[in-house]
Amino acid sequence: MKKIHIVLLILVAAAIAVLVSFLQTTTTYDTVATAKAKPGKFVHLMAKWDKSEPLEYDAVKNPNYLAFTAVDSLGQKISVVYHNPKPENFELSERLVMKGKYTGNVFECQSIQTKCPSKYKDQDPSKHVPQGDTKTTYINTRPSATGGKQ
Amino acid sequence: MNYIGEDLLPGQVGHFFVIVSLVASLAASFSYFKATKALVPEDRRRWLKLARGAFIIEVASVFIIFAALLHILYHHLFEYKYAWQHSSRSLELKYILSAFWEGQEGSTLLWTIWHCILGLIVIRKDKEWEAPVMMIVSFAQFFLATMILGIYIFDVKIGSNPFILLRESGVLDNAPVMHVGFDTANPIRPDYMTLIKDGNDLNPLLQNYWMTIHPPVLFLGFASTLFPFAYAMAGLWTGKTKEWIHKALPWALFSVAIFGLGIMMGAKWAYESLNFGGYWAWDPVENASLVPWLILVAGVHTLLVFKHTGFSLRATFLFFGLEFIFVLYSTFLTKSGVLGEASVHAFADIGMNGQLFLFLLVFVWLMPFVAATTNRQRAIIALVATALSIGTYFLAEVIPGFPLYVILAGIITFIVLMNKQVPAVKKEESASSREFWMFIGALVLFLSSLIIIFQTSLPVFNKLYKLNTAPGENSEFAYNQIQVLVAIIIGVLTAVAQYFRYKSTPGNIFLKKIALPTLISAVVATFILVVIKINYDKEGLGFLINIWIALVAGVYAVVANITYMLTSLKGNIRNSGGSIAHFGFGLVLVGILLSSGKKEVLSHNTSGIAIDFGKESKEISGENLTLIKGVPMTMGQYKVTYTGDSAHPKKALTYFKIHFKSPEDSFTLYPNAFINYKGNEGLMANPSARHYWDHDVFTYVSALPDPTKNRDTAQFAVSTKKTGDTIYYSRGFIVLEKLIGKDNLPLKNFDRSDTGYTASLKVQSINGPSYQSDLLLIKGKGQVLFQSQDTVMAQSLVLQLNDVHNGSAQIGVKESSSVMEYVTLKAYKFPYINLLWGGVIITVIGTLISMARRIRLNRVR
Repeated sequence: MKKIHIVLLILVAAAIAVLVSFLQTTTTYDTVATAKAKPGKFVHLMAKWDKSEPLEYDAVKNPNYLAFTAVDSLGQKISVVYHNPKPENFELSERLVMKGKYTGNVFECQSIQTKCPSKYKDQDPSKHVPQGDTKTTYINTRPSATGGKQ
Repeated sequence: MNYIGEDLLPGQVGHFFVIVSLVASLAASFSYFKATKALVPEDRRRWLKLARGAFIIEVASVFIIFAALLHILYHHLFEYKYAWQHSSRSLELKYILSAFWEGQEGSTLLWTIWHCILGLIVIRKDKEWEAPVMMIVSFAQFFLATMILGIYIFDVKIGSNPFILLRESGVLDNAPVMHVGFDTANPIRPDYMTLIKDGNDLNPLLQNYWMTIHPPVLFLGFASTLFPFAYAMAGLWTGKTKEWIHKALPWALFSVAIFGLGIMMGAKWAYESLNFGGYWAWDPVENASLVPWLILVAGVHTLLVFKHTGFSLRATFLFFGLEFIFVLYSTFLTKSGVLGEASVHAFADIGMNGQLFLFLLVFVWLMPFVAATTNRQRAIIALVATALSIGTYFLAEVIPGFPLYVILAGIITFIVLMNKQVPAVKKEESASSREFWMFIGALVLFLSSLIIIFQTSLPVFNKLYKLNTAPGENSEFAYNQIQVLVAIIIGVLTAVAQYFRYKSTPGNIFLKKIALPTLISAVVATFILVVIKINYDKEGLGFLINIWIALVAGVYAVVANITYMLTSLKGNIRNSGGSIAHFGFGLVLVGILLSSGKKEVLSHNTSGIAIDFGKESKEISGENLTLIKGVPMTMGQYKVTYTGDSAHPKKALTYFKIHFKSPEDSFTLYPNAFINYKGNEGLMANPSARHYWDHDVFTYVSALPDPTKNRDTAQFAVSTKKTGDTIYYSRGFIVLEKLIGKDNLPLKNFDRSDTGYTASLKVQSINGPSYQSDLLLIKGKGQVLFQSQDTVMAQSLVLQLNDVHNGSAQIGVKESSSVMEYVTLKAYKFPYINLLWGGVIITVIGTLISMARRIRLNRVR
């Protein structure tokens, strides 16, 4: 066996060991119900901001405290606490990926990723109505529009 | 129906030439294929002529497509979805270009156009390898052309057409105003264009000058990776498995330089316009381009080993093959939408997954096809590949992991067939030879890239095996803890490998030469560790020690390469490309370790403003600080004041003036933010940084007052006071210093009998500063004609003069948080970040010097 093969073997073994240990650190994506089912365990909670519930954030009082309610696609709700300012695009986002743990009665969040109608995505078609159009412009042109060939 | 106000010509021209380019690239590929097979020189010449003609038509078509799309964007032809979706009228020219490559279609075009330009260089400069290389290049061009085709075959969408009209794209389908009679069931109104006044605009985060230049450079890098691949495949195809390397080497070096530069420009953009407070986040999109780059670097090194010693040819083939396969995989990752949750900035799924996967699959199976030596083998491989691609379509959902096995099978078949064709040296490398250590370095780079791509591919595994794994608690650390070890090995190898000679090195010579740089490095590294210090304790002592060792290795790489250049190469710049590049790479390592290891948050919440921490003891670690307008706060060594803001003349962009003052210097930063951009509630902030030679101060706005939330509910408390009297409020007191009444006001619109009163107040806050406030009241015939309100921002006070009677004034005092103007900031100090940027530039220059040298040597050869 050549020296190089021994080195190769060692390196490949190390790489595999590294990957196996990496796989052990992975977590899971969860809904509100499953996140609540494993308190104290680090999860990725997929939900969105429930706009019907109050949101608490006052930068003057404390810029590092955000509390709100999240609701997942199954309609289950959970209170979330986040020790950072409100993330960018928070209001825009259709979905939040919240990394943290469920402890006590709240979801203690370490980081929030906002999933927006992102830069490469097509926007939600409902937002596609161009701004500034009014009915008046339409009414002005109605005769030609309906009188046209169809 | 005739629609009013549409300009259809550019789109028709554009789409026509998309089809021309598709056909021409296929024709070119086929003709080049025939040219490589032709045995009779006459035939060969005929096919070559045909192929060149086809490729030139292809080039012309791509340029016309490019121009047509640019025309549409430049003239704001919003009847085209692309223009409407990615640009707006207020966009500056440089951002029109950014808008061009914001979308998938535009970025594909950018990639294609670079292939064309580089292909022309091959045609012009390398007649010997033109046919087999351009066969591969044109074949890739064919696949790229299908990406922008935008036609349907049996309900399967092939490509996405950049010239699709807004009214045909489905965007308007749900907007009643756009339809005849306000009914979405009716057709679009003929005059719909009159309603489309502006486009959707470019994402504000991309409105940064780096976004004008980073994508073209990155895609030049992407495009250039095809050429080392094509040369390697050409070598296998023609059976000239050794000769191709001379021509491939400059291409590979070019690719290393430009691709690396493109990636790091992206990092610079992230640093300057994103707010994660850094330049690298191990985001899948970043990793996906880093991985092929690492493999390419490994390939360059094994190629050099082969060139000098005859070892490592098989590894070179493997690396140059996989390098491009991983470029395609990275395209698949970023454009298919498979990353979904995992990436912050991948493209969304536009229904091209199948097509992107097919692109990958075909090129994976192209490798064994090319490596095969008999027509029978080739026929079998072609059949298998076709069967597997159809099989994947039906079996991907049935057999978990099937697509992955198809790819792996292709790669394994390639390795087997390539090993058959390519001879290996039976002799063993000496441990005192340069090639031995270079090969180990290449191997470490390759394995490290495989680890990175494995970690990055979690979402893909989820999809393949229907799993639900997510990255760990600390996903960046998962990469850092492994790559820091790689950095140690690579750093040391970068330092010492050059001091070995090829084949074998006498021990005493090696030790004699390496002694000096080792000594200098030991001194420099000790200095850094003792004086500058890295105390990154977030991930424990073990990781910190690894950082220290990696730093020593990085310093070693820097010093050893400088020394090598000055002593062994006698400072001859033209021949020291390698050393310069390695020197730069060492600087990159040191820069990364120092800037990340010593990154400092300045904006720790030290204010007395955060009144109620309540039960939250964690608040001490709060990394955001609220600044009230005019009130200085302490951030590290700085006194920081929010002094005001100004608006962008054309956009909903606000610049915040943040003044930093320390004993030594003072400066103002202008972080900006889009507030309620396009009617969407919220904040999109861009950071601003002050650059010094040895560090950056970096800040961005993380929160702003919410005007709807802080509705003003406070009331004026009115009290009657004489001159010299005092009014108390919660944080201090107010003294009425002067009260003056005056008739005959020299003002227009006021009668002679009207009286003006001014009251001068001094507001004294308990924690020190005092403020002057002057109030004005004009009365006439018992009526209040004019009344001023004065706001003492820093004390959140609103004052007004209500009435004056017999020398005593009624003064209204309101304490309200809604008048408070504030910003919440996050600020960092990045030390030694310039080592990183400088290191990148030096690495690129060194690599290009190497490339120039190899081109020179090829000419002589």
